[in-house]
Amino acid sequence: MTATLAQTPLHEWHTAHGGRMVDFAGWSMPVQYSSIVAEHQATRTAATLFDVSHMGRLRFDGPDAAKFLDGLLTRRIDNSKPGQIRYSLITNDAGGILDDVLVYHMQDAGRESYYWMVVNASNREKIVRWLTPRLADGGDVEFADLTEITAMIALQGPKAMAMAGAVLDWDPTGLKYYTGRESEVALHEGLVSRTGYTGEDGLELILPGAAAADVWGRLHESGATAAGLGCRDTLRLEAAMPLYGHELSEEINPIQAGLKFAVNTNDRDFIGRDAIKRLSADASLPVRIGLELDSKRAPREGYPILAGDRPTGKITSGTHSPTLGRPIAMGYVASEHATVGTELNVDIRGRCEAARVVKMPFYRRP
Amino acid sequence: MNPEELLYAKTHEWVRIEDQDGGKLAVVGLSAFALEALTDLVYIELPEVDRQVAAGESFGEIESVKAVSDLYAPVTGDIVDVNTELPDRIESLGDDPYDSGWIIKIRITDESGLGELMDHTAYQKQCEEEGD
Repeated sequence: MTATLAQTPLHEWHTAHGGRMVDFAGWSMPVQYSSIVAEHQATRTAATLFDVSHMGRLRFDGPDAAKFLDGLLTRRIDNSKPGQIRYSLITNDAGGILDDVLVYHMQDAGRESYYWMVVNASNREKIVRWLTPRLADGGDVEFADLTEITAMIALQGPKAMAMAGAVLDWDPTGLKYYTGRESEVALHEGLVSRTGYTGEDGLELILPGAAAADVWGRLHESGATAAGLGCRDTLRLEAAMPLYGHELSEEINPIQAGLKFAVNTNDRDFIGRDAIKRLSADASLPVRIGLELDSKRAPREGYPILAGDRPTGKITSGTHSPTLGRPIAMGYVASEHATVGTELNVDIRGRCEAARVVKMPFYRRP
Repeated sequence: MNPEELLYAKTHEWVRIEDQDGGKLAVVGLSAFALEALTDLVYIELPEVDRQVAAGESFGEIESVKAVSDLYAPVTGDIVDVNTELPDRIESLGDDPYDSGWIIKIRITDESGLGELMDHTAYQKQCEEEGD
């Protein structure tokens, strides 16, 4: 390896258990332990464990934290209640997406609100550079990047809540979807949220780095199998969740990405608001769609999408869906070709394969 | 077939050279190392019989859940046989890569490139380096 890769607190566990380690955004991460399909199916039918410690974990404290974040986020955050978690975007002045994030409104023992923002590993440095100079005018806000001293574990699947009993002394099914709370996790301090990136029910745990191996080991012993980033990608794709660097970039605005639910432009201001308002009326911009194919060959990122034989857009992610048993993909096409049911073609390495626009997500848990 | 008795291309195809009708026949497959790296196979695209291929030329492709890879002819010649059973049981190709997992047979028309192929020891060394 040429560059030194960052390691999560679970790195030793991964290598000792056959994890195939790859460079992901500068981190040495397991892409799979056994097979992508086996780990994918285990997530859909039982429960799996993902080390997602490479994700950036930023913490904001102080009386002005909510106001500060509200000026950066497309989604209103200053009216959230303690325990609520919101998916949001950070956009630049032109309305282009800098990152998609989860913002956790938490409360400490003294009932003071504070916030976590979980950002993509690949965007962590960029986001820290984006917000740091703005702190000076942000009022009473304390910011800390706690990525390297904490860990994050996702426990996902229909049996996740039952298996969480191995580390929690309370029933997490009482936690609503997209909420979280501070809690002891196997006697370690931690944060437990009912969130995930797989389309399944489940939890995500933020823990001190030193506690990660203990918690991971307990959950693994209770029957959750380890799963790598390979199936995390096929799972999120079936759930039609966008991935930064693929469906999202600085050249894409939240509206064309189909993320209007995460944008509140009324009675508030944030960086990119005016541009987004203007762009949301622009029907000439390509929009995100989901495609299903009957072919055996899967569309991959960058492949041209054609209406008849004329280019109308490009694939941003594609794979062979383990659950549906056929190729699925997301991409951007001209808005006149984005209606569900539209028949399109994908140029798969020089050969056209028929594809149709389908409703997203491709998979919805039963 | 014992993998130690086969020859290998840099691109992970294995080759078994057989004498046939006074000429040489190359039976070609994909190494266990390559199949292990690909995993989760979903599709293989095979060439037509009678097609001529040059050593290093792509003759097909193999697709896993994660990615697509080209298959390269390790020798120059005419494709005389194709394992048409593979597409229907592609997911089990890794179970027996060196016998039932053969992919094509090539009647060699130019032996000059054969010296480029590696023996098992040299190939293993390449795999170890790639595995690092």
